[in-house]
Amino acid sequence: MRITQGTFSYLPDFTDEEISAQIAYALDNGWPCSVEFTDDPHPRNSYWEMWGLPMFDLKDPAGVLYEINQCRQAYPDQYIRLNAYDARYGRQTTALSFIVQRPAVEPGFRLDRQETADRQVRYQMHAYALDRPEGDRYTR
Amino acid sequence: MTERLGFGMRPAPNGDAAAEEEPAVATLPPDARIDLARERADSHADEVLDALDRELVGLVPVKTRIRETAALLLIDRVRARFGIDSARPNLHMCFTGSPGTGKTTVAVRLAELLHRLGYLRRGHLVTVTRDDLVGQYVGHTAPKTKEVLKRAMGGVLFIDEAYYLYRAENERDYGQESIEILLQVMENQRDDLVVVLAGYKDRMDSFFASNPGMSSRIAHHIDFPDYTGDELEAIGRLMLAREGYSLAEEAIPVFREYLDRRREQPRFANARSVRNAIERARLRHANRLIATAGEVGLAELTTLTPEDFLASRVFAAP
Repeated sequence: MRITQGTFSYLPDFTDEEISAQIAYALDNGWPCSVEFTDDPHPRNSYWEMWGLPMFDLKDPAGVLYEINQCRQAYPDQYIRLNAYDARYGRQTTALSFIVQRPAVEPGFRLDRQETADRQVRYQMHAYALDRPEGDRYTR
Repeated sequence: MTERLGFGMRPAPNGDAAAEEEPAVATLPPDARIDLARERADSHADEVLDALDRELVGLVPVKTRIRETAALLLIDRVRARFGIDSARPNLHMCFTGSPGTGKTTVAVRLAELLHRLGYLRRGHLVTVTRDDLVGQYVGHTAPKTKEVLKRAMGGVLFIDEAYYLYRAENERDYGQESIEILLQVMENQRDDLVVVLAGYKDRMDSFFASNPGMSSRIAHHIDFPDYTGDELEAIGRLMLAREGYSLAEEAIPVFREYLDRRREQPRFANARSVRNAIERARLRHANRLIATAGEVGLAELTTLTPEDFLASRVFAAP
């Protein structure tokens, strides 16, 4: 199941040129970019691992794309996303965030029902990928 | 704190992001003709080249090489319109020359020119020295160098006094690591940035001798000649005109004499020394006007007289 998180998630995956164009848009607006990765696809997992520090003072998308490619090399089978922060609000505000790499196979989620007191039912999203240990979730 | 930072928007740093779309150009048929003059005018490269000619005195070999580069890029662009696929030319350069011969100034113009000709996407200049590239401890150098390279992408990376990167006397120096990363990026990301190394001729030569990989990856070695006396005088006149000063009739030979004497002295830094001489003449000029404490007009305020130069220690020596 293809997970849809962040901007453009309803579109087919971007090519590198399309990613560059989005980065250029962010840089033209003065938004610094950062790269993050994870292998936990749960929608409530908002704190992904940072790939290096956010990149300030860049003028050209090539620098950001370089870091994305470095991250892809290091984690070829994890989710990688690009964030752009708009600092004008005086607090950390994500202006743009989209996925730039996803694993080849995404097994998806199942719904767990838990019966509790008084015949209440609690629901839980369970990602199949999480059945395996961290770092080993999408390798085959 | 009087203002609550958390609320309200700060002004956008870059203003509005302009959306630029270039229309797709279809490949021309083989029998098409292209007007080179128009192509040239469209690129606006001539404005930069003319400014280079106008504002920089002398430097004939440098200007020639820059013009050749501009011509090559223009022709490449026209060839591309016919669908001829040629590899991007390698434009990494090395500027050698004495201090004050205009290496940095030319680099700024070069970045602008390459941007206009479509070789660079942004055309900014990032000036760095050894301190910006080489770290202090193990594992510090690579991120530092990469950071600088990322910042320079889309523009020109100007490494001033590049020979300091390599210290032959200390084989555990981190400079070598920085050079290796530089070489790798210069080779693999030729599309993204142009690297310009600058420094004194003899020291650059020994730098290249100990780093043959660096030398072979740089196609253009440009030597900046020292200025002649006439050129220095012309530079001085240009600087004075830009600051709104002029030389009194009798000050012209004195200024020339000053330059000739200064050239013979140690630590002469070409145009930079001329600039410093003018700065000091301005000080003396202002001091002289204040000391006389009379009425002044436009002529007195803008004219430098011989005594403004004669007071220099350059004239003190026999």
